[in-house]
Amino acid sequence: MTARERVAGNVAGYVDDRTGAAKWMKKNLTKVFPDHWSFLLGEICLYSFIILLLSGTYLTFWFDPSMREVVYDGSYEPLQGLKMSAAYASTLDISFEVRGGLLMRQIHHWAALIFMVGIVVHLMRVYFTGAFRKPREFNWIIGVGLLTLGIVEGFLGYSLPDDLLSGTGIRIAEAIIQAIPVVGSYLSFFAFGGAFPGEAFIPRIYVVHVLLLPGIFLALITVHLMLVWYQKHTQFPGPGRTEKNVVGYPLMPVYMAKAGGFFFIVFGVTAFLGAVASINPVWLYGPYTPAQISAGSQPDWYMGWLDGLVRMAPPLETYFFGYTISWNILIPGLIIPGIMFTGLALYPFIESWATGDKREHHLLDRPRNAPNRTAIGAMALTFTLVSLINGGNDIIATTFDLTINQMMWFSRIGIIVLPPIAFVVTKRLCLSLQRADRDLVLHGRETGRLVRMPSGEFVEVHEPISAEKAWLLTSHEQLAPLELPEHDGAGVRRPGALKNKLRNRISRAAAVAVPKATETERKELEGHH
Amino acid sequence: MKRLSRLRRHRAAGPILLIFALFTIGTTFQVASAVNSETPEVADRSVAIEEGKQIFLKGCSSCHGLNAEGVEIAPSLIGVGAASVDFQVGTGRMPMADMSQQAMRKEPVYTPEEVYALAMYVASLAPGPEIPSDELLNYERDGSVAEGGELFRTNCAMCHNFAGQGGALTQGKYAPTVMGVTPKHIYEAMVTGPQSMPVFSDKTLTPEEKISIIKWAKSAEAEPQLGGAALGRVGPVTEGLLVWTLGIGLLIGVAVWLAMKAK
Amino acid sequence: MTNEIELIKDPGLPAHVHRRADTDPKAAARAERQVAILFGLSALGTLILIYSFVFIKDDVFIFIPVLGSTNLHQIGLGMGMAIALFCIGAGLIHWAKTLMPDEEVIAQRHEFRSEDEDRENFVATVKEGAAAAGLGRRPLIKRTLGAALGLSALTPVLLLRDLGPLPGNEQSKTSWKKGTRLVTDPGDRPIRPEDLEVGSVAQTLPELTPGKERHLDEIAKDAVLLIRLRPEEFNLDAERLSWTYEGIIAFSKICSHMGCAVALYEQQTKHLLCPCHQSTFDVTRAAKVIFGPAARPLPQLNITVDEEGYLVAGAPFNEPVGPSFWGRLS
Repeated sequence: MTARERVAGNVAGYVDDRTGAAKWMKKNLTKVFPDHWSFLLGEICLYSFIILLLSGTYLTFWFDPSMREVVYDGSYEPLQGLKMSAAYASTLDISFEVRGGLLMRQIHHWAALIFMVGIVVHLMRVYFTGAFRKPREFNWIIGVGLLTLGIVEGFLGYSLPDDLLSGTGIRIAEAIIQAIPVVGSYLSFFAFGGAFPGEAFIPRIYVVHVLLLPGIFLALITVHLMLVWYQKHTQFPGPGRTEKNVVGYPLMPVYMAKAGGFFFIVFGVTAFLGAVASINPVWLYGPYTPAQISAGSQPDWYMGWLDGLVRMAPPLETYFFGYTISWNILIPGLIIPGIMFTGLALYPFIESWATGDKREHHLLDRPRNAPNRTAIGAMALTFTLVSLINGGNDIIATTFDLTINQMMWFSRIGIIVLPPIAFVVTKRLCLSLQRADRDLVLHGRETGRLVRMPSGEFVEVHEPISAEKAWLLTSHEQLAPLELPEHDGAGVRRPGALKNKLRNRISRAAAVAVPKATETERKELEGHH
Repeated sequence: MKRLSRLRRHRAAGPILLIFALFTIGTTFQVASAVNSETPEVADRSVAIEEGKQIFLKGCSSCHGLNAEGVEIAPSLIGVGAASVDFQVGTGRMPMADMSQQAMRKEPVYTPEEVYALAMYVASLAPGPEIPSDELLNYERDGSVAEGGELFRTNCAMCHNFAGQGGALTQGKYAPTVMGVTPKHIYEAMVTGPQSMPVFSDKTLTPEEKISIIKWAKSAEAEPQLGGAALGRVGPVTEGLLVWTLGIGLLIGVAVWLAMKAK
Repeated sequence: MTNEIELIKDPGLPAHVHRRADTDPKAAARAERQVAILFGLSALGTLILIYSFVFIKDDVFIFIPVLGSTNLHQIGLGMGMAIALFCIGAGLIHWAKTLMPDEEVIAQRHEFRSEDEDRENFVATVKEGAAAAGLGRRPLIKRTLGAALGLSALTPVLLLRDLGPLPGNEQSKTSWKKGTRLVTDPGDRPIRPEDLEVGSVAQTLPELTPGKERHLDEIAKDAVLLIRLRPEEFNLDAERLSWTYEGIIAFSKICSHMGCAVALYEQQTKHLLCPCHQSTFDVTRAAKVIFGPAARPLPQLNITVDEEGYLVAGAPFNEPVGPSFWGRLS
């Protein structure tokens, strides 16, 4: 036993004497994690959250969250002598007077964008592979919560500097609050401490941004990770992998080194972006005043789809009994996002209701083997993408010699027409991929080698695929559609017949599949040759 | 440069270039002959007016009418002033190559002397805004950059963007970038209101204030990259694009490497 | 049925393939060197960061292709940090991949569902607990507790009441009164009609009463755009036409959609465009919405001139400016 091993032993002993943790630690240090690049997407979020905590704490040392009016006397000449809020002035000071302050500001903002990209990509991975299925529904809901809070947190964060662009964003947020029927004006006056913009808003959102929401994040992320830990990670199908096992590397040392290393990678990439690419150059935007505006005023990308929806909304307002309802704000600003996020959160339950599948799942689906789910996902993504594109329609128009009017009409029509097309196309694509899988298993790989048969005909040589590959392509389950009774034994419609009919139809649509290849079929084909 | 290279690929690029080439050949010939017959410096105003009239009849009258009175396809130039001509012709917007398009900034067709002559001719028809003097345009000495920035954000940024990069207007029109435009042309644009741009009168936006705006624009143009690549200075759209490509791309790249079995 | 069709079988976990570093000590030594080099590079990155922080002033600019003329201090700090962190990460991962065991392990999953007996016991415990507390038998306690809890939820709502004042008619008011002069923003100079040429615009605010400061809350409702057209270009009803003065028309600059500053005026088409959501208003027809999501025209301000010949408001706005709200019309 070397000296080092003795020390390690002593430390472990010391800790265990006081906590009795040895048994738990042993079990958990050898915990197995499956390895796949897409399983690191969630880690990107976790690590950028840590980077956000670190860089955000740094920024608070200098940031002055106050809307008190000051006269700027810092070193950035084009703004010297102008009146501005202390929040804006202190942001300029962080950028120009604090060494490394600008870098940290940019790292903080890039980390926020990466955090949100990470969440969306991670969500896509979880969705398209069916990782949200039982027993992981809670974690899915927590994830949707984190996404929603992330959007809010990001918006509040870039609103803090009180520059012209973010002030415009707050202005729009205020208009959305104000549009809420009955209580809108009250809510707005309470939020802003009076009429917009007032002097209360930035100090208030500051506390929400640096204390309240990060606290909730921390709690939700902890539960999210504990559940992943306790329920063990899902894994992709493959030889030797079953619903009952996990194949991968032990936490200690391999996964610890890889995951720890990846933290530094995420931090390094964020620092790289912070070094080479300017983000939110508030000194160019100028201080906020409601009488100014810049062409191409856009929110950050994770809010861009919302702005795009607002832009394409029809000019609809109704008046009754002297009261105003602004559908042009409510529909794109609250109702559609509300439906989207509720639908997203409830999706696992909707799917299991539709398919009648109530079992645990630890093996992931290949997206093609769940055509309906994949198509619904593609449909939702198309919807969001069209909105997002419309959120940048003016920039796109000037860059590609289009008109904003064309862009707007493209989006207005596209938002209705394109998602269903995406659904149909994706579903067909999935089915033809299934067919290709089936052919591959039954007929083997096309080698590209042509052989002339004795009869003179040319035939391409097919090579049988490996047993591992064949297993991978056929290991998935193919669910039979539900057949819920609509009539009872006497042929009379049962109560709830309509519901059952609907469920039957949905589950039939969900169960459409190309029958997977079987060993029996393979043998039959061999017999023919 | 980006705009230029985009223009090069435009379907109208061929015809425009052809017209442009013809103009260039024509005018060099004209300049060459002018150099031979007269003094190259156009000092005398009345000579300039006469010369301008000749250029006008050759190059402009087919659209603007023989007496610059305007016809359906082109507005009257009576009373637009020297500043307007200097801006439109001096930035290459006129002669216009394509009627359906918004007049675009391009290499000017006429030499500075010819532009001056044209301007003098049009100014002689009726009084209008004059070409600002170099003395007035001394933005390095006069004006305040901070005040200019504030004025720019109130009066100009809604079309030309917070950093003067330009932006979209309705129906495919656009506000061009202010970057790389000479102080004289910026000034002239403000007093004459070319095309979609409104006029900024000297009483509501004083000449000193205009100089401050120019001072700010020049300072923005010269501002080096304080925080790394500027990403076009168009706000969060390009930032989002970068994070969805380079940002997440790099991270996924490393993730793929991480999960790959070593050989 | 299932015994008729034979499915393709799971061949089981593929045999472990050894890496070069597992079998060849040279390859292992090479991998070790590579990891060490990466850690060394990281140290170099930190040195770059330290050097940039201490020795490079923040007014030094160098030309970097793609980026342009860039602040050396900033890029030195950032790249130093990026290299330092990235290389630690790359070193750790390379170490884990090449030198740590790479044999995949199989762990068994446990079922989350508890034994039936445990579940029954759990339910029984809950029931027993509820019964012991006597909730079901003492409805009085249950009801009063419920009422008390419900009522106490009012406390936070009540305590938050003083976040702000009640709106009252604050949203409908602006500083414009009959006779308020229009002054330039910025500059605060009063404007005469002859100051504006045809085709010109001016950003204006109401004149300040002496000694008063201008607040953003006021600007947020008061900002007005002046536009001068040829009088014959208007297509207005008699009342609205009387609100103009010699071709000068004034609109609230605060968008009737979501409150952005609508000041993007196209002189030739006489259209106003809001850069936020692209609502387009026709100035000649009293800012009628011709495109985009805005549902209402921009409020028009009645303007005229005072005895000294300066432009003034002829009357306050006759409707609330800015975005819609529930009680806008009341």
